[in-house]
Amino acid sequence: MPELSTDATSTGAPREFGPPLLSMEAVTLRFGGVVALNDVSFDIREGEILGLIGPNGAGKTTCFNALTGVYQPTEGRVVFDGKPLGNRKRYQINRLGIARTFQNIRLFQNMTARENVLVGADSHHRAGVVNSLFRLPLHRRETADGNRLAEELLDLMDLGHRSEDLARNLSYGEQRRLEIARALATKPKLLCLDEPAAGFNPVEKQRLMDLIRRVRDLGNTVLLIEHDMRLVMGVTDRIVVLEFGKKIADGLPSEIRNDPAVIAAYLGVDDETDEEGTP
Amino acid sequence: MSTPTTTARPPRLTFGERWSRLPKPVKIVLWVVLALLVYALPLLNPPILSTPDSDFGSVMFTVASYGLVALGLNIVLGYAGLLDLGYVGFYAIGAYTVAVFGSLHGKVPFVLLIVLAVCISTASGLLLGAPTLRVRGDYLAIVTLGFGEIVRLVFLNTQWFNGARGITDVPRPPSLDLFDVPQLQWDGFTAYVDLGTQSTFLKFGLLDGIPYYWLTLTVIIIVLIADVLLQSSRVGRAWEATREDEEAAELNGVPTFRYKLLAFAMGAFIGGLSGALYAARTGVVNPETFIIQLSILFLAAVVIGGQGNRWGVLLGAVVVAYLPERFREFAEFRVLAFGLLLLLLANFRPQGLLPPRRARRAKAAAQELEELEHSGAAGGDTKEGGIRA
Repeated sequence: MPELSTDATSTGAPREFGPPLLSMEAVTLRFGGVVALNDVSFDIREGEILGLIGPNGAGKTTCFNALTGVYQPTEGRVVFDGKPLGNRKRYQINRLGIARTFQNIRLFQNMTARENVLVGADSHHRAGVVNSLFRLPLHRRETADGNRLAEELLDLMDLGHRSEDLARNLSYGEQRRLEIARALATKPKLLCLDEPAAGFNPVEKQRLMDLIRRVRDLGNTVLLIEHDMRLVMGVTDRIVVLEFGKKIADGLPSEIRNDPAVIAAYLGVDDETDEEGTP
Repeated sequence: MSTPTTTARPPRLTFGERWSRLPKPVKIVLWVVLALLVYALPLLNPPILSTPDSDFGSVMFTVASYGLVALGLNIVLGYAGLLDLGYVGFYAIGAYTVAVFGSLHGKVPFVLLIVLAVCISTASGLLLGAPTLRVRGDYLAIVTLGFGEIVRLVFLNTQWFNGARGITDVPRPPSLDLFDVPQLQWDGFTAYVDLGTQSTFLKFGLLDGIPYYWLTLTVIIIVLIADVLLQSSRVGRAWEATREDEEAAELNGVPTFRYKLLAFAMGAFIGGLSGALYAARTGVVNPETFIIQLSILFLAAVVIGGQGNRWGVLLGAVVVAYLPERFREFAEFRVLAFGLLLLLLANFRPQGLLPPRRARRAKAAAQELEELEHSGAAGGDTKEGGIRA
């Protein structure tokens, strides 16, 4: 029987997941002379919540951008659902089934919450100019479907009461949740969240983590970038640690917690002794 | 104790709210009445509205064609957020298509000419947009500015287009000649029917501008309906999202380039159509007509009126095209006046005379918030005062 308790993950018992949904295969990303990602490989398996952590500037967001098609890897490739991303356009990558949120919120500020979600829902609609102009059945069906989906997702994200408010007038926390709703509306196989709890207090963070778990339980795979170690440990099934663009660890939360390389990366022990050692 | 700051003020209804509360049949009747009034405007010659120094029917045609252009440019600028400074190029292409194939190099029937004009200007929009819509903001403005000038210079310097001489004898729309409609004339504020100046229903002649006005107004109404249907659909949402944040839109599955190109093509379609109607009305096209200043006037109509609001840009077209004709004595100062108006607008109504829904809603919400905070603070004050006393 799957997941009797929510903290099954923190006990370290390995959960069973499906085949890899997304594989980073030896991805290197250079900007001029700067190596932002250096030979990074890892898998995201179907149905898991994968945490991507690392100190500031470790390349988390770059990694994110590489796997949502914002950046093209200099070397290596990203394979999603058996298909290499190659040089697909960004919206095509979204249609393959990867959706994301942004570290600094990027909603359509002058559209209502509902309209924001509808834009996401439109990604799997097909009605174009002719259908819209003549209000053909396809347009009507998709409009109804989109509105239903938007309502569901807004309720899921606890935003049902704000559906007709402009995105810019929502509170910070609501805006973060609205971004998740918009991303979910594209019906992704993989949902990528870039520091979704940034700026939250502990209570809000806890609530968000419950939400993320709920999203996963609905059948989504989640990639989560997060700063707060405790939080990541609580919610993720597996963790990948980056430092200076390199992967330094990959494993269960319990393993990561005791990994000397990770501890060193976060506390800077090695560096300090190194500096002291070489005057 | 009397109730403090939160007085039971009757809720102020905006025009839009009142309007949306009306039952549907009433709305339809009101729409029809309004449309009929607008159609009849040049026949009624209302004393204050009518232009004393020039033929009111012709002025109304000019206003209507500016309105049509403004609606087209509004799709490009107001919905998709693309700054197009060369919109006059499409207008010129529409006008020249009618002139070239209707008079100079052929005798194509009028209806076909319009279709041809629209097709060619739309195609030119696609051709211009496909490479240039990859650049953003200021760059796009410069590229389109260049396009507008290039179109004019090509017409000016190509013998096949008759160069600087322009083209005359542009065909007029086929007339119907059904019946005569008398006009009202005014002696002070008393009206009398003037049987001397009659307008023949749909006789597209040289002098009477009213049939052309009716034709253009009909086109405007069709475009308006299409505009409403499109903006409230998936297409309109995609434009809005693209304008708001192109990258976020793209990453949420909106093929932004395709939608920008669509907006551009639609703008070119409407621009070409109004150019064709212009050529049919004046009977003459000349490269001198399609100078860059016309682009700026079109843009002014959209910006003054309120980009993104179809009623706003129509109002803007009225301001730009009608006022200089009404106050002919000041017509020479028209550019100065627009400059001043734009400055004042930028200061007091940065979203235009009639801001789009989104700006209005945002403002209302901000006001509400402020009032809430204010009343909260004021309530606190009175309480404190009470304790102190």
